[in-house]
Amino acid sequence: MSELARETIVLNMGPHHPSTHGVLRLIVELEGEVILRTEPVIGYLHTGFEKEMETRTYHQNIVFPPRIEYLATMIEEHAYVLAVEKLLGIRPPRRAEVIRVVLAELSRIASHLVWLGTSAIDVNVTSLLMYCFNDRERILDILESVSGQRMMHGYMRIGGLQWDVPDGFSSRVGQVIEDIPRRLEEYERLLSDNLIWRERTEGVAVLTREDAVRYGCTGPIGRGSGLNYDVRKAFPYGGYEEYDFEVPLGRRGDAFDRYLVRMEEMRQSCRIIRQALDRLEPGPVLVDDRKVALPPRRELVRSMEAVIHQFKLVSEGIQPPAGEVYSAVESPRGEKGYFIVSDGSNRPVRVRVRSPSFNNLQALPLMIFRNYVADVVVAIASIDIILGDVDR
Amino acid sequence: MTTGPDDLARAFAGLAEGEVRFRDERTLTVPRERIVEALRLAQQLAFVMLTDLTAIDRHPAEPRFEVMYLLTALDPPARLRLRAALPGADPAIATAVDVFAAANWLEREVFDMYGIRFIGHPDLKRILMPDDWEGHPLRKDYPLVEEPVQFFGHTPQPPSAIIPKTPPRPR
Amino acid sequence: MISRTRHPAEATDADAAALERNILTTTVERVVGWARSNSVWPVQFGLACCAIEMISAAQSRYDISRFGSELFRASPRQADLMIVSGRVSQKMAPVVKHIYEQMLEPKWVIAMGDCASCGGVFNNYALVQGVDKLIPVDVYVAGCPPRPEALLYGLTKLQELIAAGPAARSVR
Repeated sequence: MSELARETIVLNMGPHHPSTHGVLRLIVELEGEVILRTEPVIGYLHTGFEKEMETRTYHQNIVFPPRIEYLATMIEEHAYVLAVEKLLGIRPPRRAEVIRVVLAELSRIASHLVWLGTSAIDVNVTSLLMYCFNDRERILDILESVSGQRMMHGYMRIGGLQWDVPDGFSSRVGQVIEDIPRRLEEYERLLSDNLIWRERTEGVAVLTREDAVRYGCTGPIGRGSGLNYDVRKAFPYGGYEEYDFEVPLGRRGDAFDRYLVRMEEMRQSCRIIRQALDRLEPGPVLVDDRKVALPPRRELVRSMEAVIHQFKLVSEGIQPPAGEVYSAVESPRGEKGYFIVSDGSNRPVRVRVRSPSFNNLQALPLMIFRNYVADVVVAIASIDIILGDVDR
Repeated sequence: MTTGPDDLARAFAGLAEGEVRFRDERTLTVPRERIVEALRLAQQLAFVMLTDLTAIDRHPAEPRFEVMYLLTALDPPARLRLRAALPGADPAIATAVDVFAAANWLEREVFDMYGIRFIGHPDLKRILMPDDWEGHPLRKDYPLVEEPVQFFGHTPQPPSAIIPKTPPRPR
Repeated sequence: MISRTRHPAEATDADAAALERNILTTTVERVVGWARSNSVWPVQFGLACCAIEMISAAQSRYDISRFGSELFRASPRQADLMIVSGRVSQKMAPVVKHIYEQMLEPKWVIAMGDCASCGGVFNNYALVQGVDKLIPVDVYVAGCPPRPEALLYGLTKLQELIAAGPAARSVR
């Protein structure tokens, strides 16, 4: 009888699984229902972004980042253009910076709403998925009115934005962020005092603060464990140093704390957007440097230089100075960084995407050790991974 | 503890072969035999988090590979990059897993994409490509493998050749 | 009302009109096609970004269930439609084929998005350039990602194809 008790089962939660939030494969070794060892197998969505980006110009590469982290698309574009702007040593005009902040925070809210809906449906709170996606649709409507696309916008440019926001942008965004905190309150009432939700998330997938630092876990996972690290506060970028917001921290590092951290982050994002809308003033949205950004079309009929600049930018692309930069933003999953190496030509030598989900997922075996197999789903949901980001 | 540039220079004196400052970032070049020592030193100097571990292929220049370690200090926030150069023939370097646990998967990815072996790694195998894949995709001599688009009566250029690469302009 | 107490030879015009109103005749193919096309159940096969738009299509704003796809089945054995939503990498290709083979006949495939149709924005070593290299595709929905309405339009096109019966699938 004791031999049977020591036998372990190896279970494959294959790449095709309803609850793995993407094509993640877990090979789990179980003793009864208790998890002993986990081996995540990734790579089922490897797209070769980094190699593809080495074969295109800096401007052509703007297409790829939103497809890497496809839930927080504006933040991803922001990350890439900030890295190139750092390489060039330029800053976009103020109006562009403020609009970028508004769009990035809207993207963050949209991403957290998807996380909330899918996490809830994993624990079988099925109605919340509909509500969260409905709220997300309102944000996507704004993003669509600005860029023309619901998801892969291609709106940000090196040196600013593609074009100015449409009329009524401020009031539309203001309307949305009036409603979001009210809806969040409803969702919190549904979940935070819900016995089933608490039983399933409290004490589950605990990650200590030391482990979070050892594994480089940033974002709501690190902050849920008490690690006070938010790129917007630590290495401010794109005008974030002007805004007044708090970074929520958890204590125990379990799934429930991460849930509370993300809910509070959504409210803080609304706060940032409100401040940003107050700072929105008329002005240009694209930098004036003709070596970086296309001249406005009116100039092309008047100035020969503008035509030459346009020709050079379209046929060759920008040629930043040789060097290496690393520029990070705070994505809804953690620190999203772009490490760009340039040799002075029009193509990057290396574009490295520092992916938060990759590092966060590395800590998964640690988090679900000695948990039940039913907690794997809750754990993966609480990490909020995006496989496009993990595999690139 | 504030690690100003002078403190860092002093601490790494004798260990770092060179330093590059570009746009408020510091990159220290370290000989590859002493990389673990350098990482431990940086960890003691408050750079406790390994944010990223990656490699660059400088083919056809020698030394061909450069392994970059991006370290972050949390309080106060600061960043440091360490670089180790590796030759093109049989590139190998000691593993950083004993210093930073985050290096486990990051080194597997560098091995998968570049073929750089990390000596002492507990489980060095492919992570992103299928297990039986041949070749290391991010190397410069590995082609992009673009499938030609099928058109009638016209052979379009492959997408990466539409805007050709301009010659590099060194620093 | 047809009275049973009368002999069929005594049928009147009113009886004939009542018969026309209450009984319809058709072919088995049309009934089966009508039933199949209006209850297509997809298998949950979201791969990448297009999966998010597929989920959006299943939510309350675009509501795929009014077209019959009430449930996205987790098990391929219980599904008859595979919406390949997202890019298919080399590592994922055998899995796609495996899931497709596990589905029972009759089954259909919608290649949602540019990556599933033809490789999309990406043309490199890591991706299969179009899922039709692995499995037969019935409807291609273009877009990167296609709007949920585009997916629903593709679904209605597929429903027309299904309702037309097996003869319409002679190209496969």
